Amino acid sequence: MNDSPLKKDLDDGSVTGLYREHAEWHVNSGEKTIHAKRMPGFFRTLKTATESLWLFFFVGAYLRWNGKQAILLDINNRQFHFFNLTILPQDVWMMSLLLLLLAMVLFAVTSVASRVFCGYFCFQTAWTDLFTWIEEKIEGPPAKRHKLDAAPWNAKKIRLKTIKHAIWLLVSVLTGISFTIWFEDAFQYWHNLLAFNLSLLEWAVLVTMVLFTYYFAGFMREQVCMWVCPYSRIQGVMCDQQTILPAYDEKRGEPRGKLRKGEALAGSKHGDCIDCFQCVQVCPTGVDIRRGQQLGCITCGLCLDACDSVMDRIGRPRGLIRYASLDEMEGHPVKKLYQHPRALVYVIILLLALGGIVYGLTHLGALTLRVAPERQPLFVRMSDGSIQNKYTFRVLNKTGKDLHVMVSAEGGIKNQIIVGAGQKQLVTHGKASTFTVFVKAPETNILKEVTPIEFYVSNTEDPTMRAEYHTVFNGPKH
Amino acid sequence: MSENRNADSGETTTGHVWDDDLADYTNQPPRWWMIGLAVSAIWVVVYFVMYPSIPIATSGTFTPGIGLPGSGQWTAIKEMEADQKDVDDVRGKFEKKLKDMAPAAILADKELSEYVSRSGKVLFSDNCAACHGQNGIGTTDKQGLFAPILNDDDWLFGGTVDQIYESIANGRQGMMMAHKSSLNDEEIKALAGAVSQGNPTATPLFTEKGCVGCHGADGKGMQAMGSANLADKVWRFAGTPEGIKYTIAHGVNDPGDKETRVAIMPNFTAAGKLSAVEMKKLAVYVFRFGGGKAADPAPAAQ
Repeated sequence: MNDSPLKKDLDDGSVTGLYREHAEWHVNSGEKTIHAKRMPGFFRTLKTATESLWLFFFVGAYLRWNGKQAILLDINNRQFHFFNLTILPQDVWMMSLLLLLLAMVLFAVTSVASRVFCGYFCFQTAWTDLFTWIEEKIEGPPAKRHKLDAAPWNAKKIRLKTIKHAIWLLVSVLTGISFTIWFEDAFQYWHNLLAFNLSLLEWAVLVTMVLFTYYFAGFMREQVCMWVCPYSRIQGVMCDQQTILPAYDEKRGEPRGKLRKGEALAGSKHGDCIDCFQCVQVCPTGVDIRRGQQLGCITCGLCLDACDSVMDRIGRPRGLIRYASLDEMEGHPVKKLYQHPRALVYVIILLLALGGIVYGLTHLGALTLRVAPERQPLFVRMSDGSIQNKYTFRVLNKTGKDLHVMVSAEGGIKNQIIVGAGQKQLVTHGKASTFTVFVKAPETNILKEVTPIEFYVSNTEDPTMRAEYHTVFNGPKH
Repeated sequence: MSENRNADSGETTTGHVWDDDLADYTNQPPRWWMIGLAVSAIWVVVYFVMYPSIPIATSGTFTPGIGLPGSGQWTAIKEMEADQKDVDDVRGKFEKKLKDMAPAAILADKELSEYVSRSGKVLFSDNCAACHGQNGIGTTDKQGLFAPILNDDDWLFGGTVDQIYESIANGRQGMMMAHKSSLNDEEIKALAGAVSQGNPTATPLFTEKGCVGCHGADGKGMQAMGSANLADKVWRFAGTPEGIKYTIAHGVNDPGDKETRVAIMPNFTAAGKLSAVEMKKLAVYVFRFGGGKAADPAPAAQ
């Protein structure tokens, strides 16, 4: 951009500063592959550790519990198994609370410490990190990789590239398989896979996952964060003056300048930044953090490691690039964590969602009852003059075995009779069983057109296992 | 193409110029777009060859296409039939059992009676609801109830599932003579008053005029002949003194009285519209409205 006409116009003052932003606008749109340098350091170790949590993704589905898969999102049978817990579609409202909870955790963390998810946990970050690590092991450090990319095709290049892509594909296939086995029995799936006996859907899922992994982690890389991922954009706007994020201390660093041999740093007219570009070299998304917080920065902290190591070597204090809020960098008073109202609101909402989930999980219940009163006719006059209502009971049995229930009622009409109240009703496990119940009451006792009534069903063998439902008894108009 | 160029940049244009200086570049569409176009064109051909594609107006048929590998030539009719077969297979195992079972046995089988409750709904709506109302709530005309309510526990001809089946299969037609010539207005009024109170034996006329012959000494009716129970709270036609007077005066199904009440349950076997299995289903369906009576001896719990 330095020799562009616009730059010239800006410099000689013939256009307004409005255009300056555009002149300095630099966008990584993926023309150049970014080969980031890997440097050891605190944040590198932290990132490796957090990304390792994804190992559970590969092994977790093989956990067994009581002879069954411990964690199984059984979509075919519409059940979610989590160790002893079985969650049926009826309990899925907790899923929305879980999503709310996760969203709020994301919001709260982002408003406090910027894009922690992007930098340390995101699968795109983790898989890209793994893929570039493999690339470095095979093709060598960044300088060699750039050279290899530019070199003409020869036996060595073909050999290296083939090995690299083969390993990438292997990782992708493993990723695809590991994804699928969370949704069906892991061992059965492997059995079917090795026998080439998967269903069309299973093949489609596997191929889709493999291709996406291979393409996103191998080729798209930081472009996904730039242009594909909505979260990166959302998270960006959740940062404010109080949010700590990897930031370049402009006051300390500028004016930047190259360090000449033998030049004493003390008393130099330059700032602490020696313009060594190490922070850019290590950045997995190709960002120059010295330009300030920007879209491409996933806040992974690798530039902090790089800069600190340089500062150590030139004998300057660490932290030229450090986690700091805009307030701190601009010299405003730094507020305490609890003085961050937005983060507090997020925390309150996430606690509410958490409370809802805890309530839901502790009140799952083994039986669920739904009662539908007959709508046509609302009631029937019997030959002895009593009024009869008909109810359709739907009992969901969430236990592992069939059981019998008894029906009882509270409220309703004085001297009402539940026809066949002594009868046991079979309720098969894992699904809803329906049966009909009639309630009969003398007309003279019916004081209102609509009288509330509560029905109970209880397990005949274990009366503490019960469910209730509030509905109404309909009578004639007075 | 002649060499048309943009005066400023020197790019080749189509040569069309609007508004003095507006021109079209002759740029190629992007590569990905051209690939998409080519793939789509190939897909159209493949689709055209594989699937039915050309309707032939004169013969009312179509070119069948070469079909899909492994699953033959596709048509919408075949797909519909396959879907229908899925439904029939589910129903088939129930329907097969129903064929050889008596209504009471169907009722005793929890699974089968649940199945019948669902599939019977359509049959009832198509064949019964016109007179008995949706869900058996009865229908009325200006003279009172037109067809009996099937939800209550009062049955003219009996409420066991076998009796209900019989009513459907063979029809029912009770008969009550018109009494306007044999009773005077005072007598009719006295009888109607007693009956509307639910206590027909309160007037000696009930015995003297021979009502007991059909309705029984206690006025509770006889199911064998379909005479109504006059002592309960459910009315076949109307429970008001006026309505009861009308019934006494004009009778029910009396061929000698033009104004007589009409109460005929048609014979569904003779009508030939319903199969035996369908009538069994309806009997169980009606029984389960809530008024069905257990047979003697009591069958297994429903």
